[in-house]
Amino acid sequence: MAWWNPLAQIRDALTGQRVRENDLRRLVSNLPYEGLGKKKQPNRHFPGNSIKTTKYTLLFFIPLNLFEQFHRLANIYFVGLAILNFVPVVNAFEPEVALIPICVILSLTALKDAWEDFRRYQSDKKLNNMPCFIYSRKDKQFVERRWKDARVGDFVKALCNEIVPADLLLLHTSDRNGMCHIETSNLDGETNLKERKVVPGLCVTEPDFEPESFNSVVVCEKPNSNLNYFKCYVEKPNEEKVGAGIGSLLLRGCTVRNTDHAVGFVVYAGHETKSMLNNNGTRYKRSKLERKLNVDVIFCVILLLAMCLVGALGHFFWRQALPGVPPYLVPNSNGQVDSPSLSSFYMFFSMIILLQVLIPISLYVSIELVKIGQIFFITQDIDLYDEETDSRIQCKALNITEDLGQIEYIFSDKTGTLTENKMVFRRCSIMGTEYPHKENAIRLAVIDEPESEEEVIYTQQPQSPQHGWSLDAEASSPEGTHRHHGSRQKNKFAGNAQSNVAFSSPLETEVIPDRKLLGQVSVAESTISSSSQKMDPYLDFFLALAICNTVVVSMATARRQRTHKYPSSFQSTNPLDNFSNLLTKASSLRKVFAPKRDRSFSDASFKEDDRFNPFPKVDDSGVFSSRGQTVESNGRNYEAESPDEAALVYAAKAYGFILLSRTPDSVTVRLPSGQVLVFEVLDTLTFDSNRKRMSVLVRHPITKECVLYTKGADYSIMELLGAPYAEHLSGNQKTVVADTQYHLDCYAKEGLRTLCFTKKVVSAQDYNVWSVSRQSAMAAIDGREQLIMDTAVQLETNLSLLGATGIEDRLQEGVPDTILALREAGIKVWVLTGDKLETAVNIGYACRLLEDEDLVINMSCKNKLVCTSILDSTLEEVRRYGNDPRNVDTTPDISLVIDGHTLAMLLSKDLHGRFVDLAKRCRSVLCCRVTPLQKSGMVKLIREKLKVMTLAVGDGANDVNMIQAADIGIGISGQEGMQAVMASDFAISRFKHLKKLLLVHGHWCYTRLANMIIYFFFKNLANVNLLFWYQFFCGFTATAMLDYWLLIFFNLFFTSAPPIMFGIMDRDVSAEVLLGVPELYRTGQGAGEYRFCTFWISMLDAFYQSLVCFFIPYLVYKDLDVDVFTFGMPLNAVSLITILLHLSIEIKSWTVVHWIIMLGSVAVSFILTLLYTSCITCNSYWTLQKQLADPIFYLICIITTVVALLPRYTFHVMRNSIAPSPIVQARHLDRLDASTKEVWIKEWRGYRGAGAVKRSKLSDPPSPNNPRTPTSPDNLENEITLTSFKI
Amino acid sequence: MVKEENELVNRPDNTAFTQQRLPAWQPMLSAGIIIPGFVLIGLAFIGIGVALLITSRSIQVLELDYTGEDQDSPCFRCSDPAVRNCTCTLQFSNDRLIEGPVFFYYGLSNYFQNYRRYGVSRDDGQLYGDLSYFKEPYDQCEPYRFGGGNNQPIVPCGSIANSMFNDTFRLFQNINGQRREVPLDGKGIAWWTDYNIKFRNPTVTPLRDAFNGTVKPPFWPRPAYELDTSDPANNGFINQDFLVWMRTAALPDFRKLYRRITEGDYANGLPAGNYSLDISYNYPVMSFSGRKRVVFSNVSWMGGKNEFLGIAYLVIGTLCIVMSVVMLIVYAKFKFPEEE
Repeated sequence: MAWWNPLAQIRDALTGQRVRENDLRRLVSNLPYEGLGKKKQPNRHFPGNSIKTTKYTLLFFIPLNLFEQFHRLANIYFVGLAILNFVPVVNAFEPEVALIPICVILSLTALKDAWEDFRRYQSDKKLNNMPCFIYSRKDKQFVERRWKDARVGDFVKALCNEIVPADLLLLHTSDRNGMCHIETSNLDGETNLKERKVVPGLCVTEPDFEPESFNSVVVCEKPNSNLNYFKCYVEKPNEEKVGAGIGSLLLRGCTVRNTDHAVGFVVYAGHETKSMLNNNGTRYKRSKLERKLNVDVIFCVILLLAMCLVGALGHFFWRQALPGVPPYLVPNSNGQVDSPSLSSFYMFFSMIILLQVLIPISLYVSIELVKIGQIFFITQDIDLYDEETDSRIQCKALNITEDLGQIEYIFSDKTGTLTENKMVFRRCSIMGTEYPHKENAIRLAVIDEPESEEEVIYTQQPQSPQHGWSLDAEASSPEGTHRHHGSRQKNKFAGNAQSNVAFSSPLETEVIPDRKLLGQVSVAESTISSSSQKMDPYLDFFLALAICNTVVVSMATARRQRTHKYPSSFQSTNPLDNFSNLLTKASSLRKVFAPKRDRSFSDASFKEDDRFNPFPKVDDSGVFSSRGQTVESNGRNYEAESPDEAALVYAAKAYGFILLSRTPDSVTVRLPSGQVLVFEVLDTLTFDSNRKRMSVLVRHPITKECVLYTKGADYSIMELLGAPYAEHLSGNQKTVVADTQYHLDCYAKEGLRTLCFTKKVVSAQDYNVWSVSRQSAMAAIDGREQLIMDTAVQLETNLSLLGATGIEDRLQEGVPDTILALREAGIKVWVLTGDKLETAVNIGYACRLLEDEDLVINMSCKNKLVCTSILDSTLEEVRRYGNDPRNVDTTPDISLVIDGHTLAMLLSKDLHGRFVDLAKRCRSVLCCRVTPLQKSGMVKLIREKLKVMTLAVGDGANDVNMIQAADIGIGISGQEGMQAVMASDFAISRFKHLKKLLLVHGHWCYTRLANMIIYFFFKNLANVNLLFWYQFFCGFTATAMLDYWLLIFFNLFFTSAPPIMFGIMDRDVSAEVLLGVPELYRTGQGAGEYRFCTFWISMLDAFYQSLVCFFIPYLVYKDLDVDVFTFGMPLNAVSLITILLHLSIEIKSWTVVHWIIMLGSVAVSFILTLLYTSCITCNSYWTLQKQLADPIFYLICIITTVVALLPRYTFHVMRNSIAPSPIVQARHLDRLDASTKEVWIKEWRGYRGAGAVKRSKLSDPPSPNNPRTPTSPDNLENEITLTSFKI
Repeated sequence: MVKEENELVNRPDNTAFTQQRLPAWQPMLSAGIIIPGFVLIGLAFIGIGVALLITSRSIQVLELDYTGEDQDSPCFRCSDPAVRNCTCTLQFSNDRLIEGPVFFYYGLSNYFQNYRRYGVSRDDGQLYGDLSYFKEPYDQCEPYRFGGGNNQPIVPCGSIANSMFNDTFRLFQNINGQRREVPLDGKGIAWWTDYNIKFRNPTVTPLRDAFNGTVKPPFWPRPAYELDTSDPANNGFINQDFLVWMRTAALPDFRKLYRRITEGDYANGLPAGNYSLDISYNYPVMSFSGRKRVVFSNVSWMGGKNEFLGIAYLVIGTLCIVMSVVMLIVYAKFKFPEEE
């Protein structure tokens, strides 16, 4: 620009601000303006695509970082003290020396921040310079540029397997149908392909897209972080509006798959893209221990002020008592002596400076270091590593590790958390007839057997090194067999590991067709071919199975390469990652010396490819041949967003109804006869949680009828049933519905997930009318979701029932064991699920949430009045039951089963008090049909009312609320994407990991940190008190008998490493014993080990020890010719030795690291002190050397240490001998050798388990609901039997 | 095989360290180990205690207060601050021989050399003989930094130097009415490092030239270069009385070494008999109700006489034995959970 006008600039900036804040943005192509100056660019107000996630700039790093750091109160306190030091009248230390600690701490933190910021800068730079293709008018083609060059309004071309640089509105793809597949694993971890479709009717110049011809205006909403919604329409020059949604948006960060290239219009760039808006930093939670700690820090402040007050008053009285002006009293610079009151006023502040260490500032830094170390060990735990997904535990919240050891309530989701969320088709019911698929069930059972014949077959397969699981060879080699082989191996492995647990057989997607049903289908098939106009319910059922879904068919040739880590800010900006990476690198060097990996690990290598291919293929013929030879003929692969859908498609496939391909406009299905039908898809009414169903509207290729296939939860379907199915079956309709409902109930009792399938033929004019309203709903920009849902509801009426399916969702391995262990650990486990009551109860029994001898109370009522009375009477009952003296030792555990509707009433204001009262008396609670909001409401209610530590674990988007509401949120990275993981504090891959995470790591982290903090308080007080006692002998003049430097070194170098090491590495009880005896977890619950009294006991001990450490040397040196610093040296040494030996009493297990650090600390302190006292300018010159040559020094050290530690030592001994705590008993157990220990634990568990069974059953109390009739415990481990269950 | 390794990139290392399975020693504090331990400690302590007590008992101490507070005290006259250049003579007798070498201390009570601002009121630069500090003394020396009529720098500056103890003593043995002077050795009473390293005179001869343009501390009767004119190795900053004084005492009741009696007939100690001590009483102590004393003592390997340490060892040793007995009873009564 030739001219430059500040006013115009300001105006422009204001316009820009307005444009950015506008709810709707109008974007036009940049191409007509190419080459013009910045002022002329239409989209100049929107940010470019370069990103900057760094917090600081080089120039302003120091001020900004300091500003950031002074947000911490502790730092301000520290600086305040340093400033106080510079006030001449109060300075106790040399002011420059007093600056050292604060400088060390500030610069350490700044260094850490700078390092993190530099990493961010590097990753930004790398990202900004990634290549991409942007259309240039000058060159008339897409030219290679950098990511940062893309601007809103540009046209960007993304090639296959490339990462999308910005949020693009899809305009053109290489695909004929305008489809583009993307993988969003970088964004949300979901690895299945998602379809994106070009905005229809925009590019007229097929097949090549001419960006220059694009002259429409894109109107889109303000940027937001929702990855699943996007509202936009395109205004053509002729004012026609075309709506577009998330289905046409390529998000920054996702990868283009299966498509040669895709061209899009940049709508959001840089920081406005959805992925960047989602990229929040780590969360900050304050742990319970830390909250308690802060209270104790306040006590320390009070103590400090009290001590300073004593000092000031002491000084006043000392001065008062002086008869004259002694020669040692130093006048001020005027030659005047300050009055006693003024002098003692100054002395108060001098005392604060002298005794400042009492406020453990370094404690905060130490705690942070300890937590980093603890997290390092948690993430390094191989037991929390899942080989299948190659993922270890992720710790997103850095400062709540110790809360893991204090959990009292766990709220768990069911699907995907307790269960695999890998669905297996088990049963179906068609037109009221049940097909139990016995062969399938038997086969599934066989796989559970560890020594089955198949294993022999499979291990006989040749295994050459270049087999299919090497990814590069995959595309060309006929890998089907091998891959299958691999998954089989894995299944065997998994099956072996957990064969004794119900429901945890390995994943199996193959379905053996039921013979009877197969017969029915082939009969139907033959009748159809004779009279092709009529459709048979059996054929319709399977067509519905095959069509009514959103499964994506992908070819094996297009299989994705292993996703390379996207070098972006999606990676956590967690400082710990860097740290643990470093450590990992270091430790990988050690790998050479590590023991050879066990065999199971080499097995694991087989399954790597399985991760992209969760569903092994089924023989196309649909006939189950010997599974060893099942060969995938054309490498077809089904990828579904929900695993139920894939299971259903596989089931249809088993009966010969094979889904060949799916585009947005058509579905191709091959019938068992070999006939290939191409259905035109008129519309897809996607699933939403309000309707609880989805529908696909297709045009039948033969009959040309519009057919609506709907599937959904039974209760959402049953009320919509209208016309009976085909006329020839009309008489049966009523019984079909009743029978199907009965079957559904049976399925639910078996713990199967049920789905109903219906069909509806829509007449042509109905369709036309409906499609108009549908179109307008699609184009709407306000309230579109609601409108679209309304249109869906309009169409889904008068459905004809086809049948129902039962899908098994297997329990994850180790779930019952984990829940049992958690219960023994005193944790109350609540399961909150959206499933049906019966399904949930059965899963509850299967995973040992409910036990047979439990008293199960069912709460299910229709209105509030009933609800209130039931609640009252149950509460009364339970109270009486608990108070009955006969029941003291035999109280059965009470469990509560609540359904969602009742829960809504119970959570209301007037009832929730009583509900909580009831709930806290129950061992486990099972809630069904719960909405996400109720989940979080429940967590909040319990957390606030009972003041307990809560943990929520879930895997899906519906658990996010709950995860965020709880003290600790745990996300399971499972099949349902990563929303839960994103919101969580810890992310694990299997539910069973929770056991070790809580029982072992939780316990360790908590005891370590609690003991470390108590020790830290002790250490500081014991050290500072030495100075305090000296005040009584120096006229309260804030003299230190030690050199200032040594005082600072004491905390900074001499005694800092041992407590940190103690907090990271101490191990009171071994992992095996903690896992074997879950009761030990109870020590951390409630107040735990860090209590008010523990704090004060250790403070008193500190007082005692400091008294001993001061007065023994005092009495020795009294009246002798000892100078200040010679007197200080033994005090310092004694204090150091006592403090370290005190820690060694607390340390429970000594590893090499412990020895090195403890002895190292002593050595370092002596060497440093010796070096320091060799320095001629220091006051304490040669004092230590002189003392070391004096036998009295050693005699003092010995006796003082013994006297100081004797009480604590004796106390420990006495307690361990007379009244050993459970932890001490566990430690005794730990000292036994491995085999004895195992036998002991087994015996102990067996004894207790038997006790649980033998427990006398009391007569059922007259509760409003009948409890479940107890069955023999034998069948617990087996398949769940259909026991009578009344409500 | 290499490929397979790469496939599981996130697999944590299975080492004893990362899996927290390092071999560890887990001591249990139980009575079984403790009782013999306590007995051993107890016996050792009693042994040490007895040895200490015997040693301490063998040390002879003769302590004489000469503050002159009481009217019948020979120094009563001198205790009045108004009296200048006062001398008094203290008569005392010694029942039996104090074995040599005998150390001659002066002691002050209620004197807070550890007062914070007193303790820092010195300039180590000056005392190291660095002439640049002669012109500009360390500011902690205030108000004894500049003085005199022309506000000249004080050398040695600061409160410690200024308040230097200046009573002097001469010891005589009265043999048959004859006063026989006991030779006092003023060498080797200060720390070797102080005398040889930390304190240095400026390398200017004569010494007094180095002090040009400075004034003496206000309380001093003569400047530093005249502290001991007889011996250049004991003059100026390396005057041993000065060095002893500059090493500030840790506690308000202290004694400092004045002389050693190592020469002549008295090398083996102070024989029994009557002695008189001539004191030139200069140092006022009434302003802080302090007391002054002289101490004659011999020393052992454990330094001066100290009963406390021996008693403490004995008491703690006995306590340990008693505790082990108590624990034995506890042991018998409660048994050990280990055995269950």
